[in-house]
Amino acid sequence: MLSLFIVSGLGVLAMLAEIFKFKKYVFPIVLGGLIGALGALYMEWQTPKSYALFDNMIVFDKMALAFSGVIIVTAFFWFIFANDYFEEESNVVDHTALVLFALTGALMLTAFKNMTTLFLGVEIMSIPLYVLAASKKRYLASNEAGFKYLIMGSFASGFLLFGIALIYGATGSFDIAEIRQYLTDNAGTVPSFFIAGVVMMLVAMLFKVSAAPFHFWAPDVYQGAPTVITALMSTIVKTAAFIAILKLFMIGFSGAATVWSGVLAAVIALSLIIANFTAAVQSNVKRMLAYSSISHAAFMLMVVLANVRSNASVSGILYYSLAYSIGSIAAFTVFYNVSRNGNETVEGFNGLAKRNPLLAACMTVAMLSLAGIPVTSGFFAKYFVFTTLIGTEYKWLLILAVLTSAVGVYYYFKIIIAMYFKNAETTEPVFFETSNKLVVIITTLITLIIGFIPDVITGLFVY
Amino acid sequence: MINGISINMYMVLSAILFIIGAVGVMARRNSIIIFMCIELMLNAVNLLLVSFSTLHNDAKGQVFVFFVMAVAAAEVAVGLAILSMVYRNVKSIDTNLMSNLKN
Repeated sequence: MLSLFIVSGLGVLAMLAEIFKFKKYVFPIVLGGLIGALGALYMEWQTPKSYALFDNMIVFDKMALAFSGVIIVTAFFWFIFANDYFEEESNVVDHTALVLFALTGALMLTAFKNMTTLFLGVEIMSIPLYVLAASKKRYLASNEAGFKYLIMGSFASGFLLFGIALIYGATGSFDIAEIRQYLTDNAGTVPSFFIAGVVMMLVAMLFKVSAAPFHFWAPDVYQGAPTVITALMSTIVKTAAFIAILKLFMIGFSGAATVWSGVLAAVIALSLIIANFTAAVQSNVKRMLAYSSISHAAFMLMVVLANVRSNASVSGILYYSLAYSIGSIAAFTVFYNVSRNGNETVEGFNGLAKRNPLLAACMTVAMLSLAGIPVTSGFFAKYFVFTTLIGTEYKWLLILAVLTSAVGVYYYFKIIIAMYFKNAETTEPVFFETSNKLVVIITTLITLIIGFIPDVITGLFVY
Repeated sequence: MINGISINMYMVLSAILFIIGAVGVMARRNSIIIFMCIELMLNAVNLLLVSFSTLHNDAKGQVFVFFVMAVAAAEVAVGLAILSMVYRNVKSIDTNLMSNLKN
C-alpha cells in the first residue's frame, strides 16, 4: 500500500524537478524511492493482515504484495538501463514522471478488488504509455506506434467498459467478491447479458496482453516505439495486465468458467501457433521479441485456464512473470546497445561473442531462459505452468505448447548462432554504458539463481 | 422499468450506439472520425451505466460514469496531441499513411 503512495509521489516529484531545477537528482531520487517502495512491501509482507483502501477498492494482500514486488524489481532494473537513453533526450523528467505514473497504474492492477480500480488501473497504466510510445517526436515510426497503440488501447477500453456495465447491470455491484458471490448464488440462472459482459471483458483484457487473435497491434507498436519503452511494455505492462486477468477470472468469474474457458483455450492455442511461427520468420529483433512476448502471454494464460486457486498455480505464475521480466530486461538491454547504430536486425548481433564475450554469454543465458532450456529460470517457469494444467481437460494444449516451444527454440537460437558463429566486419567491442553492463550481469545472475533454486520464489508464500 | 420504458430498450439503444462506434473505428480512415467513434463507444457505456444505476436504485453506476468521462477526456487529450504530431510529419491525418511498420 505504502509502495503505491511512494511510486505515485515519486511521479509528482519528478514533475516538480523541472520547476525547482533539481533535474540532476531525479535519477538517484527515483532509484532510492523504488528501493524504499521495495522496503515498504517487505514491511507489509511481514505483518499478517492485508491493507484495504477506499472501501475495499484496493486491497494489498500477499498476492498483491508479491506481484508488486516483481513489478518494482523490474522497474528498478529498467530505470538503470533506460537512464542512458533518457540522458540523450531533452525532456528527461517528463519521461521519468510518465513511466512512474504507468508504474502506479500497474501497482493498482495488482491490488484491485473492484471494477472501478481495475478500469482506472488499466487507464493510468496505458495513457502514459501512449505518450511514451510516441515520444520520438520526429520519427514517423514512433508516431505511428503511439497512434496505433492509442486507438487499439481505447478500443479495448470501450469493450472493457461495456463488459463492466453489463456485469453491473446483472449483479448491481462492481465488487469482485460480490460478483463471485452472485455467481454462486445464481448458478445456472445468470442472465445472458452477464455472460456477454464476461466475454467482452475477456476480449478487452486479451487485447491488453496482446494474445492472438487480438495481437496485431503489438508487433507494430513494439517495433516503432523507442527500444527502452518496448522493454517497459513487454515486461511491466504485460505482467500487470496479466495479473489483472488472473484476479478477474480466477477470483471474480471462476463460477462462470464454462463460459470463458473454451474461448480462452482457443485463444491460447492460436497465440502459440501464430506467435511462434511468425516470430521464426522475422528479421527485426524487436518484432521477433514482440511475437515471443505473445507466446509467453499464452503460457501465462494457461494458469488462468486451469482455474485452480492453489499455492502451486499462484506461485507458479509469480515465478513465470519474474523469470520472463528479468530475462526480457537482459535481452532488451543487450539489444539496445547492439542496435545503437540503427541496425535492428539479427545481423546486428554478428560476432558479438568475439567483441564482448561476457555480454554475449549473458545474452545467451537470457535467450535460453526465454526459450525454456533447463537450468535457466525459463525452464522452471514453463514447468510450473504445465503442472497446473496437467489435471484439467486441456492436456492437448500441453502437447501443442511443447511442439510450438520447439519452434521457439529456433528463433532464439538464431541470435545465439549470430553471436557465436558469424563474423562481424569489425572486432571492436560494442560500447556499453557501465550501468547497462551491470544491469545485464545482475539480471543474468538472477535468472541463473532462481533457475538453480526455484524454491526462493515458489516457497515465498502459501496462498 | 424506468419511466415506463423497459430496461431492455435502454440496453438495445446503448448496444446499437456501441456497435456504430466499434464499426466506425474499424471502417473509417480519418483519424478525427476514429476518435469520435471511440467517444461514441464510451458514451454508449455511460448511457448503459446510468440506466442500470437507476434500475438498481444505486448511485455507484453514476459515480463510475464520472470516472469514464474523466478518462475519456484524458485519452482524447493525448490522442489529439499525438495526432497533431503526426500531422506535422506527414501533413495528413489519413490512417492509410500509417502503415510503415512492417517486417
